[in-house]
Amino acid sequence: MTAATSLHYVVLLPLVSATVLLLWTRIPQALVTAFGIGSVGAAAAVTALVGWNWLQDPQPQLQILWSWVQLESFTPRIALYLDGLSLTMTGVITGVGALIHAYASGYMHDDPHYRQFFAYMNLFVAMMLLLVLGDNLLLLYLGWEGVGLCSYLLIGFWNDDPANGGAARKAFITTRVGDTSMAIGLFLLYRELHTLDIRGLLEVAPLVWSGDSAMPTWIALLLLGGAVGKSAQLPLQAWLPDAMAGPTPVSALIHAATMVTAGVYLIARLNGLYLLAPGALEVVGWVGAVTLLLAGGAALAQTDIKRVLAYSTMSQIGYMFMALGAGAWQAAIFHLMTHAFFKALLFLASGSVILACHHEQDIFRMGGLRRKLPFAFWSFIIGGAALAALPVVTAGFWSKEAILAGAWSGGHHLWWAMGTACAFLTGLYTFRMIFIVFFGGEHAHAHQVDSRRMKVPLSVLMLLSIGGGLISLPLSAVLPAQSGAEGGHLPELVAVAAGLAGIALAWFWYGRSPQSAPVEQGLRAWAKSGWGFDALYDALFVRPLYGLARLNRSDVVDQAYALLMRLLVGLHRGTLRVQTGRLGWYAMAMALGMVLLLGAVRWN
Amino acid sequence: MELNPWLLPALVAIPFVGGLLAWYSERLSLTWPRWIGLLSMAATCVIALWIWKHADVPGVLPAADAPVWLLEFKLDWIPRWGITFHFGIDGLSLLMVLLTGVLGVLSVACSWREIQQYVGFFHLNLLWNLAGVMGVFMALDLFLFFALWEVMLVPMYFLIALWGHSSTAGAQRGHSRVYAATKFFIFTQAAGLLMLIAILALVWVHHQNSGQWSFSYEDLLHTPLSTAQEYGLMLAFFVAFAVKLPIVPLHPWLPDAHSQAPTAGSVDLAGVLLKTGAYGLLRFVLPLFPAASREFAPIAMALGVVGILYGAKLALVQTDIKRLVAYTSVSHMGFVLLGIYAGTTLALQGALTLMLAHGLATGGLFILCGELYERLHTRELGSMGALSRRAPHYATALMFFALASLGLPGLGNFVGEFLVLFGSFAVRPWTTALAATGLILAAVYSLYIVQKALHGPAADTRPVEDLTAREQAMMAGIMLALLILGLFPQPVLDLARAPLSQIGHWYAMGVPGP
Repeated sequence: MTAATSLHYVVLLPLVSATVLLLWTRIPQALVTAFGIGSVGAAAAVTALVGWNWLQDPQPQLQILWSWVQLESFTPRIALYLDGLSLTMTGVITGVGALIHAYASGYMHDDPHYRQFFAYMNLFVAMMLLLVLGDNLLLLYLGWEGVGLCSYLLIGFWNDDPANGGAARKAFITTRVGDTSMAIGLFLLYRELHTLDIRGLLEVAPLVWSGDSAMPTWIALLLLGGAVGKSAQLPLQAWLPDAMAGPTPVSALIHAATMVTAGVYLIARLNGLYLLAPGALEVVGWVGAVTLLLAGGAALAQTDIKRVLAYSTMSQIGYMFMALGAGAWQAAIFHLMTHAFFKALLFLASGSVILACHHEQDIFRMGGLRRKLPFAFWSFIIGGAALAALPVVTAGFWSKEAILAGAWSGGHHLWWAMGTACAFLTGLYTFRMIFIVFFGGEHAHAHQVDSRRMKVPLSVLMLLSIGGGLISLPLSAVLPAQSGAEGGHLPELVAVAAGLAGIALAWFWYGRSPQSAPVEQGLRAWAKSGWGFDALYDALFVRPLYGLARLNRSDVVDQAYALLMRLLVGLHRGTLRVQTGRLGWYAMAMALGMVLLLGAVRWN
Repeated sequence: MELNPWLLPALVAIPFVGGLLAWYSERLSLTWPRWIGLLSMAATCVIALWIWKHADVPGVLPAADAPVWLLEFKLDWIPRWGITFHFGIDGLSLLMVLLTGVLGVLSVACSWREIQQYVGFFHLNLLWNLAGVMGVFMALDLFLFFALWEVMLVPMYFLIALWGHSSTAGAQRGHSRVYAATKFFIFTQAAGLLMLIAILALVWVHHQNSGQWSFSYEDLLHTPLSTAQEYGLMLAFFVAFAVKLPIVPLHPWLPDAHSQAPTAGSVDLAGVLLKTGAYGLLRFVLPLFPAASREFAPIAMALGVVGILYGAKLALVQTDIKRLVAYTSVSHMGFVLLGIYAGTTLALQGALTLMLAHGLATGGLFILCGELYERLHTRELGSMGALSRRAPHYATALMFFALASLGLPGLGNFVGEFLVLFGSFAVRPWTTALAATGLILAAVYSLYIVQKALHGPAADTRPVEDLTAREQAMMAGIMLALLILGLFPQPVLDLARAPLSQIGHWYAMGVPGP
């Protein structure tokens, strides 16, 4: 199985399964499970085979399926492209995806809409694969919008509650704002380079723009708009915490492991373009650095277990953006992969906890769960350790160290400091959550519900969260290696110490005695609200837009015509009034008219 | 294979005669008119596909001085004034004719249960309207064009006035279906009058120059005009077509007419009648008055953007689902206008693709609105809710068309909108960037429909009948067509390539002398 002949099966398997599940409404539940998990599992197997073959001769491979549009120089194709980067992404999507699907078959077992759930999940996987395998930016955009749609459908999956629908629309519309910026970026890119083919444009760009960085900077910034929307970075980050309204496996797959990293993939994929626009790359790094700190701070004040993880995701993706900005391309993708492992693990484990506590999500109503839910406890310990980058024994350590070292050696000492500060916060908020949930007194009547289908994926993810750092990614041909001085060991040690200090402080504050919910006011309330961005955007955009629209609900243009009509009717009534039917009146009018006419004649 | 030229008048005659037959057959049974209507419109589809299959579609660009027709039909009518029965069809016309045929079939099919009064007369009006539209898309004689333009309007008046329904919101303001029909009639009649004057003026100028009376499109194409004449005539034609498209601020007839019309009327209005405006701009305004159109382009494109944003903004706050969909049409037609006046190959092809996709998607939405009205007897979004649980197939279809309407890639509207935007950006980047923000508003109003109709708590506990087999077949057909248009648009683009590149060329360079 080579990439050039079999790559399309990777996309086709989940796509066909999604279609079957959508159309066959009376399918038995066992078949739903078989199709749902089987298709993604098979896609993972095909990926493994194709990837294995590809690794024997790691040359980029192209599979052209058909020509989408052919007009003048506008020739986007439906074609799949495999290189080290897309192979890495495909591996994560199908591998972690298959594990999450397996877990979900247990988690969603009793849901009345089990069939739709797997249909949407499979569709998501197919779209995400198109996003990373597409050989041109228009096909990438198709996947990009497609995953947005699935994200919308799955966040609002329990749509009886209008709040879930609201969260879903918020996610879709916020990311659409970014997507529109990205679309304008594509228009500009096409106008300048007359191609949307990714390799083509990366080849042409340096020739067209040698010495000119204004145009590439504009384009790179517009595309960055799309990236920050999908990846929930400032200023389009506000949708992600609300997206936790979806079922937990959705949060694990879409809002932690895959879709939200699409922005990182986009920038890494277009690294040649961003290298021509150093200013834009600087902005990428700052977006990441600021987001990681703000999100890390907000995570500290959350009381909902999934919102802690959501802010943590935002913060970790901030690390990836910072790495991209610092030119540590490979470190960014490396962290993307390890993050997918340990964040999926944490989300799925939190799902087990939530299920065991009868859909309770408030961490202060849990407590002392380590005895009743030992499996979830160990999942959390391992996932949390990887998230907090516990040295040497976790995958997260290797990737985060690579990022911080990259920032330091790239000369971005301020970013390094911000990242290190956040490493401290990460240790603190992660273990705050773990101590509150699993230690102290018991508040909840939890009972173990995990089935084997849920435990196996968790076990695999635990292994990956520990050993995933040993995987070496075939990225060197795609992404430039970082140049710059070695930083020495001191910054590394400081970063490690910061993370450990965070964990220690968490033990000191939350680990030794049972915790009750703190009073929410001042800084804590502000942080919990995600630093007030929701209120800000509501006041700045949502309310003015709707206010303006409501003001003009009955369409002022229509009113103008109505006024014209009323004037005419009035005139018409006025003239009607003259027709009284009384002879005397007519005689008088005639006489008056005569006088006027004669007078006019005389005047002349 | 040589195609018979009589196929072209047949495209007009079949619905015309079908209408008469439907009217008479009412005495036999109420189902006869329906089947006659369905078969007549299906026949036009078959003819259109037949022409597509057997015509010699030019692969390379034709010489730029004369239009090239796939099939032409010409018969003298009033020789003294140079008036002929002249029909011609090229890729552009053929696609519009096919759209008319397909939506005609759907219009008849969606009235199957809804229309129970004066069934024969209803189908007479519907089919005559469609016959008029068919003719408008093929007429190459401006007198004939005008005559058919009127044929298309009068039956529509009756469709709205006799079979329309009064919305609760409308009743409060004293607005009824008769009000809506009259408003529609006055707007379009006024525009038609303006067009008639402009046609006569153009013919007169042609007579002054050449000494011959001719209403022929090909003759008038080469009429030398002074700058002022050209600009004035261009403006008159533009306004006449702008009312139809519609372009803000000439749109107020549209929401009333769409929401009050019976389902078939709305499908027909949104799917086909609006397209005659865009077709008129492409076929007549740009080629007849290229220089003036170029000068006017910035204003027209700005009007397009105003339409996109203004229509979307009004859609955001509607509570009547048909009125909401009607305003989204204003928004989508703004993209078409933008693309037409950008005039690049990409933009023109995009405008055409969007016209087809919008016809299908909005047609589908209006059919769903009608089906909902049959079941719930309301069009108020507030009285729906939870249809995804109460009527899952219905919900899937509505979701699909809402997504098409917001421009989801993979569906036809996306190809249309993006080609327009790619093509226009090369000409006017800032205007186009502003137009692109319409994509955000489209997501807002589309998802608002989904939320209100499909999700959330149900407004009441009545059971809702899910789609019947007839309705499922209609929906599946449109959905498939939109998917094909979205993923395999190339055959359509190829068919329209020659005429559109020619129009674009004339628009950019002017029409060369004969």
